[in-house]
Amino acid sequence: MTLLSLILIPLLTAAAIAFASARASRTLALFGTLAAFAWSVVVAAAFDFGNTGADQFAAAWNWIPTLGLRLSLGADSVSLLLVLLTTLIMPLAVLGSFTAIRDREKEYFFWLLILEAAMIGVFLARDLIVFYTCFEFTLLPMYFLIAVYGSANRARAATVFFLYTFTGSMITLAGLVYVAWWNWRLTGGWTFDIASLTASAIEMSYGQQSIVLLALCCGFAVKVPLFPVHTWLPLAHTEAPTAGSVVLAAVLLKLGTYGLYRFALPMCPVAITEWSPVLAILCIIGIVYGALICWVQRDVKKLVAYSSVSHLGFCVLGLVALNSIGVSGSIAYMINHGLSTGALFFLIGMVYERYHTRSIDELGGLARRMPVWTFFMVFFIMSSVALPGLNGFIGEFLALVGAFVSGGASDGELLPGRLGPWYAAVAGTGMILAAIYLLYLAGHVLFGPLRLPAPDAHGHHHHGAPLPRDLSGREITVLAPLAVLCVVLGVKPGLILDPIETPVNDLTTDIFVEARAAGVYDDRVAEREPDLNEAFAARREGGDR
Amino acid sequence: MIDRVATLWPEIILFATASIVMLLGLSPSNDTRRATTWITGVGLFFAFVFSMRGPSLEVSLLPGLPDVVKPLTCLMGLLLLLGMGGIDARLEREIDEGRTFDPLDTTRGEFLAFFLLSLIGLMLCTTATDLIWLFLALELTSLPTYVMVATSRPRASAGEAGVKYFFLGALAAAIFLYGFALLYGATGSLKLDEIRAALLAQSAADQVNLIAIVGALLAIIGVSFKIAAVPMHFYTADVYEGAASPVSAFLAFVPKTAGFIAIMGLMAPFLGLNQMAGEPWPAALHGALWLIAALTMTIGNTLAIMQSSAKRMLAYSSVAHSGYMLIGVIAGPSVGLASTNGFAAVVFYLFAYGVMNTGAFFALACLERDGEEVESIDDLRGVARRQPGVAAALAVCALSLLGLPPLIGFFGKLYLFAAGIAAGEYVLVVIAGLNSAVAAYYYLRLAGAPWIGRESKRGSPVEACPFTGRGVAIAIAGVGVVVLSLFANLLVTAGHRATRFDEVEIVAESSAMDDLDDQARLDSDH
Repeated sequence: MTLLSLILIPLLTAAAIAFASARASRTLALFGTLAAFAWSVVVAAAFDFGNTGADQFAAAWNWIPTLGLRLSLGADSVSLLLVLLTTLIMPLAVLGSFTAIRDREKEYFFWLLILEAAMIGVFLARDLIVFYTCFEFTLLPMYFLIAVYGSANRARAATVFFLYTFTGSMITLAGLVYVAWWNWRLTGGWTFDIASLTASAIEMSYGQQSIVLLALCCGFAVKVPLFPVHTWLPLAHTEAPTAGSVVLAAVLLKLGTYGLYRFALPMCPVAITEWSPVLAILCIIGIVYGALICWVQRDVKKLVAYSSVSHLGFCVLGLVALNSIGVSGSIAYMINHGLSTGALFFLIGMVYERYHTRSIDELGGLARRMPVWTFFMVFFIMSSVALPGLNGFIGEFLALVGAFVSGGASDGELLPGRLGPWYAAVAGTGMILAAIYLLYLAGHVLFGPLRLPAPDAHGHHHHGAPLPRDLSGREITVLAPLAVLCVVLGVKPGLILDPIETPVNDLTTDIFVEARAAGVYDDRVAEREPDLNEAFAARREGGDR
Repeated sequence: MIDRVATLWPEIILFATASIVMLLGLSPSNDTRRATTWITGVGLFFAFVFSMRGPSLEVSLLPGLPDVVKPLTCLMGLLLLLGMGGIDARLEREIDEGRTFDPLDTTRGEFLAFFLLSLIGLMLCTTATDLIWLFLALELTSLPTYVMVATSRPRASAGEAGVKYFFLGALAAAIFLYGFALLYGATGSLKLDEIRAALLAQSAADQVNLIAIVGALLAIIGVSFKIAAVPMHFYTADVYEGAASPVSAFLAFVPKTAGFIAIMGLMAPFLGLNQMAGEPWPAALHGALWLIAALTMTIGNTLAIMQSSAKRMLAYSSVAHSGYMLIGVIAGPSVGLASTNGFAAVVFYLFAYGVMNTGAFFALACLERDGEEVESIDDLRGVARRQPGVAAALAVCALSLLGLPPLIGFFGKLYLFAAGIAAGEYVLVVIAGLNSAVAAYYYLRLAGAPWIGRESKRGSPVEACPFTGRGVAIAIAGVGVVVLSLFANLLVTAGHRATRFDEVEIVAESSAMDDLDDQARLDSDH
């Protein structure tokens, strides 16, 4: 019930908004999201951090028992962190929309809260179909948020967004049902319980695992998005309203990486090990290609959107490094990218509300007009560039280190993973490119001579009370919590890394054991046999002395 | 024979109601004629009550079917009846304004009588134990619908649709009748259980008579007219478009359900004939059905995506849904386990589809511009501002048809996919998955247009229709789609109960085979 209420709070608030007046809707939405945040903090406080790998607060209700479907919820530390990220972002998204949305407010906040419920459901689901239901259902609110409240090309962007993700996840569904069928063949019980399915799935042959992995990747890689199925993202981001972009970048993209972490890795350990170099190469193409596009981008929002493609490449690279360093870096990256990119979208939205342009060429020297905004912009750009000391650094660094040591050997023992220094080296150029394009953006828009779009052209867009020249108190309230968290997590990354240590270690060890038993590492063992034996002998000698 | 009649109480009640309604429909009093709708409802209600407690037929190969399908059919009949309020409305208004009554002009009574007769046909399909019965029941389902299409609205296109539907229907009937004749020739019996026995004997002896397979194929192709499957799908768009929307909803449910029940009944004798190859069906039958399923969903969706008229789009999408359901037919009734029972998935999907599709058609029927139903998707743009309720129901039903979880349409697809994968039909399931994604495009347009676009300034605004019944039906369908998905387990167990295949027989067979094996081993030992 603890976790179910976490989903029910936004859901019931949405129901209340549907019957409330347009005026009351924003207050209701703010209180609903704050209540969900408060409750998630209570849940986190009650969470037993001594036992982070197990599903806590687990509860289940029968839904369609004949089809093996139960409404089953639970939270380990990874789920908990992502839920906290979601519940933190949502009140800020609501608060950030107060002036931007003036038409059809009720529906807008209704969909935002439905979206929150679905996203929380994804992270808490411990039944495959409940997971899938929430995963798919996020499409609908986002579709309406983009299609009704977006900018000029919104209808196309919304449709592309929906169809792209829906198509991928239909294949994912087929793969997941196949795993359920396999579990039935093996155990004689038809269930969609994730833990039981994972336990059975590792018994699949390499061929079966590869097919299931392919099916899972169809849905999750689109959501992440990995190269070459990333093309929906810039479109959706550019057209979405500010809060839509924020939620999309901060949480919705993480559904894909979370799906890979929760299903692809544990269910197909042999196949993911065998195919990890291919996935890693796709990630690296995404990292470099995304960054290069950012470099030549003239649209601020599109630039940040493509930077997400690049950054999420690091995130998946860490996952497919398949060692605990890379995977924990990847999870840290999920959280940190949510904070800093979410904040960047807020900042861009605030400028857009004032000047109705997103073009780098039309803006310049804003530091003189908007010093507070500039402070936050520089701050979050630094966080996004992964400046050591801020939150972005640790995830990116660990993901790269994970890729670097992946498949190496240390102290006579083979390390898990099949990547290597070259992967990390090429991916590392993405960090340099990120610094180039983001600092370039800062240089053009924040500093230099003042450039503003002609006011007349867009003047008629202003209704209601005009916004102050620099940020209002409300807007600072939106950004400040994110900034504080960026510093805190940058200084104390252990807040994320400590709780996820156990589940990540368990997962990577399981994958390594399975893959090794299946013979994936045989070639590498044979190749390194002399070295390893030498090292082993040296170590024994050392021990003897 | 008397036992047989005892299972037919619901049909008898409905037949009596149909007769009364047809007579009262000729009354010169407007009020009496309007009362026929209520009488029809009462008749359906009593049929529902009686259908719950009828004794089942143990000679049938699928003995559980009537107990489940008949009550659900009565309920769906009530839902469909709610939307039929517009029939004859113009005539009645004119009479109220002083025109003299001419019995030749009135259609309400006969329309409702035909409505009931068609439902009777569907219910009789479930009790079919021989080919003649099945043929008559199928025709009883279809013949009244030709009249319903033609009289549904005072327009030339309705008449045209009726005539088209009739001629193609007659052609289809001829084809499946020919198939029935071949089946009879190959097995020497018209009774389905005897046909099964003969086929089992043939397969045990050597191999199944080719004529029987050809007969079954022809029968299935003929029946595919009822379910609007390839290659008999051509009529769908024209007929659905020509008929009034509530009648299109009726066409998409009643003949389709009857057709699927007939196909399941026709397939049942062939189950397990190909156990050597590890497949439930003879290879030729399996291949043909596979091809029909793949083509039906692909062609249906491809044509639907190209339509600008909402009704034509829903018509072609109805073709596609038949393709999905054929996966369940191919998967067959698994013995014992409900989760992988393909026939149960078909029954589940039929009723889920019935509710959501009826909701979508009624929502279209409920929106009028200058007294005419809205037709194109462009007409729907921005309607939500004026008609939020109708637009919301349309969105819920369209999203459920799309298969968005957690709505009932998703669970229907999940059930079909699960049965398909358990039967080893991976390719077909992936094709269906991709087709669902294609379908998402046009369903999304249907669901989104009322909310997203701006109302066009041309022409008069879209108004709600004056028939409260339709509004109630839309509300029931919209809420039903959500509530059914919460209580989907009931429908799953009902579907499983309905398609309980004679397990005893299969077990008996396999033990008989074991006996034979034992005998052979003993012989060789000696």
